Amino acid sequence: MLESLKSFLEPSVARTPGEANNQLWALIYVLIIFAGVSVAVMAMNWLERKALAHFQVRLGPMRVGPHGLLQPIADAVKLLIKEDIIPSEADKFVFWIAPLIGLLAAFTVYTVVPFGPSQAVSDMNIGILFMLGVSSLAVLGVVMAGWASNSHYPLIGALRSSAQMVSYEVAMGLAVVSAILMTSLHGMGLYGVSKLSDGTGTLSMIGIVQAQQEQHVWFLFKFFPLGLIAFVIFAIAMIAETNRAPFDLPEAESELTAGFHTEYSGLRWSLFMLAEYAAMIAVSSIAVTLWLGGWLRPFPNLLAGSAWDFIFALFPGLTFLGLGAVAFLGTARMPKHPYFKIQTIGLAGFGVVLAGIGIILLAIPIAAKVSNHTLLNAATTTLLNVYWFVAKVAVFMYLYIWYRATWPRYRFDQLMRMGWKVMLPISLGVLIVTAIVGVLL
Amino acid sequence: MVEKYKRHYGSGLDALTYLGQNYFTVDRSLIPDFLKLLRDDEQFDYCVDITAVHYPKREKQFDVIWILYSFARNERIRVKTQISDGESLASAVPIWATANWLEREVYDMFGIKFDGHPNLKRILLPDGWHGFPLRKDYGILQQDKEWVQINLGIESGQ
Amino acid sequence: MNEAKNDLTNAVSNLDFETPERPYLDSNELIINMGPQHPATHGVLRVILKLDGEKVLGTECVIGYLHRGVEKIAENRTYTMFNPYVDRMDYVAAVSNGLGYCQAVEKLLAVEAPPRANYIRVILTELNRIASHQLWLGTHALDIGAMTPLFYTFRDREEILKIFEKYCGARLTTHAFRIGGLQYETYAGFEKDVKNFVAFVRPKIDEYEELLTGNRIWIERTKNVGVISAKDAIALGVTGPVLRASGVKWDLRKAQPYANYSEFDFDIPTGENGDTYDRYIVRMIEMRQSLRIIEQAVAGIPEGPIMAKVPKVIKPAVGEIYHSIEAPKGELGYFIVSDGSTQPYRVRVRPPSFVNLQALDIMVQGMLVADVVAVIGTLDIVLGEVDR
Repeated sequence: MLESLKSFLEPSVARTPGEANNQLWALIYVLIIFAGVSVAVMAMNWLERKALAHFQVRLGPMRVGPHGLLQPIADAVKLLIKEDIIPSEADKFVFWIAPLIGLLAAFTVYTVVPFGPSQAVSDMNIGILFMLGVSSLAVLGVVMAGWASNSHYPLIGALRSSAQMVSYEVAMGLAVVSAILMTSLHGMGLYGVSKLSDGTGTLSMIGIVQAQQEQHVWFLFKFFPLGLIAFVIFAIAMIAETNRAPFDLPEAESELTAGFHTEYSGLRWSLFMLAEYAAMIAVSSIAVTLWLGGWLRPFPNLLAGSAWDFIFALFPGLTFLGLGAVAFLGTARMPKHPYFKIQTIGLAGFGVVLAGIGIILLAIPIAAKVSNHTLLNAATTTLLNVYWFVAKVAVFMYLYIWYRATWPRYRFDQLMRMGWKVMLPISLGVLIVTAIVGVLL
Repeated sequence: MVEKYKRHYGSGLDALTYLGQNYFTVDRSLIPDFLKLLRDDEQFDYCVDITAVHYPKREKQFDVIWILYSFARNERIRVKTQISDGESLASAVPIWATANWLEREVYDMFGIKFDGHPNLKRILLPDGWHGFPLRKDYGILQQDKEWVQINLGIESGQ
Repeated sequence: MNEAKNDLTNAVSNLDFETPERPYLDSNELIINMGPQHPATHGVLRVILKLDGEKVLGTECVIGYLHRGVEKIAENRTYTMFNPYVDRMDYVAAVSNGLGYCQAVEKLLAVEAPPRANYIRVILTELNRIASHQLWLGTHALDIGAMTPLFYTFRDREEILKIFEKYCGARLTTHAFRIGGLQYETYAGFEKDVKNFVAFVRPKIDEYEELLTGNRIWIERTKNVGVISAKDAIALGVTGPVLRASGVKWDLRKAQPYANYSEFDFDIPTGENGDTYDRYIVRMIEMRQSLRIIEQAVAGIPEGPIMAKVPKVIKPAVGEIYHSIEAPKGELGYFIVSDGSTQPYRVRVRPPSFVNLQALDIMVQGMLVADVVAVIGTLDIVLGEVDR
């Protein structure tokens, strides 16, 4: 068993657990991802409330922990201890299972999300197809929730929501196909198509990022502006997929129907929220993988060489040291009043933790550079791959919150019109033009 | 204008001024036609308000007042008529659509019925209320207790 | 549908659930209740909608949840005692209510407020107009989904409420005016505060416009939504920004000036289509014009008494009067009947929101459910005024 553990870790043969057919490591990866996504969802919850508040010229949660850092925990505890109310006429089994289906769909997508060239649970050769297919299952959860509630408001909300999700999946899929097309080009640079291109692209997620690495360009910039347009269409469609502003009519409170999760309270409602945030992170991961170069660092070719590699390798440590510095700054600015003593200490402790993580993350690449030990080198590469991937996804998360703060919401018929009459033709057009350009060049 | 109508209607119409504001006092029989005339011929196209006043000691207890305004002439006039309790008036809804809710409120508060109103029911008070609050014989603290007694089983909502 | 739009007399009884020919609802139709407790109805308003899928076929407003019997109370209070009650009707623009009532009683007494009082009255009324429009903008944007302008407008409205508090002690229901003039002299620093406020809020209004006016989503949600033509608006008695947005250039401050509005130079904005977007633009321009009026007024406040010679016990002669002003919501009118005693015989308040709300049915014919919320917001109703 230990042999099995160690054999997987051989740095020279870096494979995903799926490739190595190693269930134990697959399980460990799944648990790591599950824990990571849960922490990310809690962090997202906190960030959303704070960022939204700062956009609206107010402070957000400040009391629960220093600067509200423990607020997500308080919310989670509150939701868990709430009374579990089920409408009397509701279909109990379906009512119970609906949030689970949504959660299932959101989390299963993480099976193929690549955090590095071998850091994925399983690198299926139909990875992207699997992702699109599984994320569509979320619609089922929504409809089941609306139906099981036995009330016409949630039913109307659920049907609206499912119609919206289904419509935008079409545009999403077509945008994805244009990115896939680009993987078969094998040429270097913005407009490069290899004469030896034999039209073999790949649907595997890791393969897509490796294609971007090989072509020395992120697909965002490939065949400029075609890649950009495809990315923008996907970015808009993914907001509609996850029912976020400006497409959040089905779950807005100021409309007639409060959405499919009206009758859900306490733990069940928190499962829906968990599913929503997890889905947001999942589709952002798809966008990052397809267009933004996955785990690749910025400018691997323009700023190549071991010196630049080393500088970019310091980024994770510096990020956490920076966050620690912000925490210390916050500590210094805390009011000097005895009531704030615990919060000040807490914030300082948090800063110490962040700085500690930063120092460790700095130490690894420095030690790797100095000693050139294979294990340290492998650790550095893994660390960097995960870091760049997460950083790019984090940018998307911030953008989600920014959209919610700034824009009003679309009316349902305008939303549907946009999905079918605007996004679909444009994505189809981009696909065709990409194909033509790929053939002609 | 005033002379024209005085000539036409003789004693049924009287035009007066108080504090710079003009008003007609007309007989009840003239009502729907006179208002229509004002809208069509004299361009009083905006019905500002319809209201009533209760004089319990008078024989004709209610004063019903229409306040009209003309955009073209930038002029505001009032038309007053007197009716007794139980009489009804022709509705002004065919003339100005705004009279709809205004007349409903007059009915709600005073009990004056308007013939030809499409939907004459109470507007501010609940549908089953008894009594007409703005009449002078309705006490200031008086309330209709029927609903709370039936539905909540309490003596009074106050 | 077209006949219903033109035939206004039958418009409100559109909600025929049962007619002899068709005693039951069609299978497509759904009756939905936007109950008195609702985040988007600006108070306790109940709207019963008859829907065909998402389209609205008919509406019925049930009001009266906030009916407090203000007109009956007036008959049991003296003229001066009734003054504070007036603020509570349109509680968002309380100063305007007070202005209308005090001026109506002053007319009945045949006295005029002295010029200094008039200038200060105009300044406070226009400040309140800006505050009312700011509150309207915040809540209307929130209904349509933009959460952020709410916080910006409320934060800026605080400055106006601070000025009110310094002047008369109350932020919202100010009871600022008295019959015959003002009771309180302006506090030291009043002009400076008002001038600072004008300089402060001008770029803020630009900020609100920056968030919304050019925003593609805002335009799509508000253009051609809740259209009312000028003819319909006049027939329905709609006044205020709603009427002006339909193209009728009419404002009581210009048509029949009261206080000393005729001394000030300002424009009346109008719209073309009478849709929600036009009403939004009209109110934004009105805010800017109010700033103009305030600037001119502050620059020229004369010295002098603030209260006219009004007897201690107010007993107007027997008679009636109707006086109306341009409140932020529309034409606010007071019809006062005096019988020679210290208490008014009848006070009738002509509420602009009540009459504007009647137009809801016409405006949402054929619109979708999400538009009903937008239209209620754009009518700028305050239930305190609708129900009194």
